[in-house]
Amino acid sequence: MKSIVIAKSNSRAKWRSYSSLATITSLSLALGIAGIVLCTGLLLSTSALAQDTESVDSTAIDSNGSVLEEVPSPASNVFAEDTPNDKGKSATVTWDLSPEDTIGGIVDGYLILRSESPSGPFVDTVGNVTIGKTEALDNNATDGVEYFYRVDMYRSEVAVDGSKLLVGSPSTVWGPITTSPQWFHGKRGIMLFIFLIVAFSILQFISQAQSGKSKIWMVNILFIILLGYLYSWVIAVIVAITLALFIKDFFSTEEIFLRKIGGIEAVEEAIGRATEMGKKIFFIPGIQDMNDVQTIAGMAILGRIAAVAAEYETWLEVPVSKSMVMVTARETMKEAYSRVGRPEMYQEAQVHFVTEDQFGYAAALDGMFVREKPATIFFMGAFFAESLILAETGNEVGAIQIAGTAMPSQLPFFVAACDYTLLGEELFAASAYLSREPRQLGSLKGQDVGKALFLVAMMIGLVIVLAGEVVKVPDWLYLAQYFSID
Amino acid sequence: MPDASPIGIFIAGLLTLGIFSFLYKDNPVYKVCEAIFIGVSAAYWAVEYFYSALYRKFWLGVFPPAGSGVEADLLLWGGAILGALMLCRMIPKINWLSRWPLAFIVGATAGLYMMLFFVSNAMKQIESTMQPLIQDSLLETLGSFTIAIGTITGLIYFFFSKEHKGIFGGAAKVGIWVLMVTFGASFGYTVMSRMSLLIGRMDFLFNSWATNFGQMF
Repeated sequence: MKSIVIAKSNSRAKWRSYSSLATITSLSLALGIAGIVLCTGLLLSTSALAQDTESVDSTAIDSNGSVLEEVPSPASNVFAEDTPNDKGKSATVTWDLSPEDTIGGIVDGYLILRSESPSGPFVDTVGNVTIGKTEALDNNATDGVEYFYRVDMYRSEVAVDGSKLLVGSPSTVWGPITTSPQWFHGKRGIMLFIFLIVAFSILQFISQAQSGKSKIWMVNILFIILLGYLYSWVIAVIVAITLALFIKDFFSTEEIFLRKIGGIEAVEEAIGRATEMGKKIFFIPGIQDMNDVQTIAGMAILGRIAAVAAEYETWLEVPVSKSMVMVTARETMKEAYSRVGRPEMYQEAQVHFVTEDQFGYAAALDGMFVREKPATIFFMGAFFAESLILAETGNEVGAIQIAGTAMPSQLPFFVAACDYTLLGEELFAASAYLSREPRQLGSLKGQDVGKALFLVAMMIGLVIVLAGEVVKVPDWLYLAQYFSID
Repeated sequence: MPDASPIGIFIAGLLTLGIFSFLYKDNPVYKVCEAIFIGVSAAYWAVEYFYSALYRKFWLGVFPPAGSGVEADLLLWGGAILGALMLCRMIPKINWLSRWPLAFIVGATAGLYMMLFFVSNAMKQIESTMQPLIQDSLLETLGSFTIAIGTITGLIYFFFSKEHKGIFGGAAKVGIWVLMVTFGASFGYTVMSRMSLLIGRMDFLFNSWATNFGQMF
């Protein structure tokens, strides 16, 4: 019998030792037979998986070589595999609970140990979970390296000298396995189809906005059939119902209708006001970099505002807090000024860097607002705690302010302190509204198809949930599982 | 501020008061504090980016120290080349090359966030909305219905290609009311957290700074 001591061991009260050699021999023999039977069973049950396993003794003894009285049975059916649908470097280890895994029992938890050899040593602790858990992730694996895993039950004791003691029973070894990243997320197939259907709806409306009638929407019929065949006919029917609501629009040759948005309607008026007053306009693109979609949306809006400002010959100033945003804003404005035939009016100094620091940027903008007293201020992008500081100062100097952000926590401040606020997605739609370009209009209309799809799915789902609750159908939440993609 | 020197605490207090003076009106003291704040922060971030991006990430990534056991990450050269292209802006003849890294960043961002938002803002939202409506207590049941109705009407408000009139318009109006009530609650909550920031600053002025001031003079 091999001694198994996971951490520092000393004598302790509860785990009493047997002094009799005969007792040790007989107990060891009994446990050995039990171990052989258990390992044989495990070997038979796992042989089909053709994995290399090795049985390990399950008797725990302390550092003095004494057999422990209450030896917890090891975890059984230990299994490890490369974590599916991830970016690699992760293995998932599962096991069956030990019979002693009960609250108040003799087990405190499980240690997940890793080694690059089936014979150990298993000194690399990659996980430590409490009782009742049957799964753990090893997120520190190196892709391509073969690993073996063992799950040891442990009991935490405090030794006489106050040191912490871990002692327990090891499981069988499972391995080898290697980790690797996956190119495709196997559980997101349904998402791919919904995404394709929305994408082709967008293409349909773009084509329609550019050149009248289009039959691209018919491709979606194929996707709906494939969606139903491969994943779920329930979802396929929901998608079909949604698209049917847009049938009339698919055949329309009229210009795409867009409802009025107050903040966008006021943009030209705000620029005109600055022109009449002979004052400048400030455009604040937020404090995030170009890797934020809100900043990208802000740049698209800047292009439209710059074009109008150039036509009106009004000075537009863009102080920024990120170097990449500065470069992008300069390119955007240069292109806008050229587009309206005023390239000579554009000056690089219109877009200038202030500082990366959030509140340093806010302090600088406040100073600019009070000293230069702009007629109009646009806040378009991602904002954080500086939002109210800026909007309040702009309000104080009497500027007309139009804000747009998708930061839910900052929207209340803009709503309170600005004249107009573009809420969330209105920021992303603003560019299409301002430009009226067929491509952007078609895209907006196509996105409405996506929203309709989710709306219909939610409404049908809620009706099913409510009906299920009323008539006590047990699996009334089954529709939600199709949207569960973890 | 246990590690700050007495001089440091003294200057921090003065700068705090200088920035607060803006509450009265723009003045020379605020201008000085503002200039110090902007200058110091700009320089700080320049140094920080130099060490974190250029030195630690790139230099040590492509030229790991000998004996460290770390392999050179050749992918970092891709970022370095894109970064170098940005500098082409300073050479008029080839300044068009600086648009490539911009295009790369905007395109990659759009692609990455498209899937991220599709998962978090669409799929997860639907899954979370389809929860049991009838709960144990009347209040919880009302809460569940509010979430369901608020989500649906809120979504209806964000339809751009359909006129908001009739039942659709009514639902959109409910949606904007739900949003505004949420904003009101969020406003109050955030103002309270800002008050705690103010209290923290006042605590600094009246305790750390005032004590330090008394000791210095």
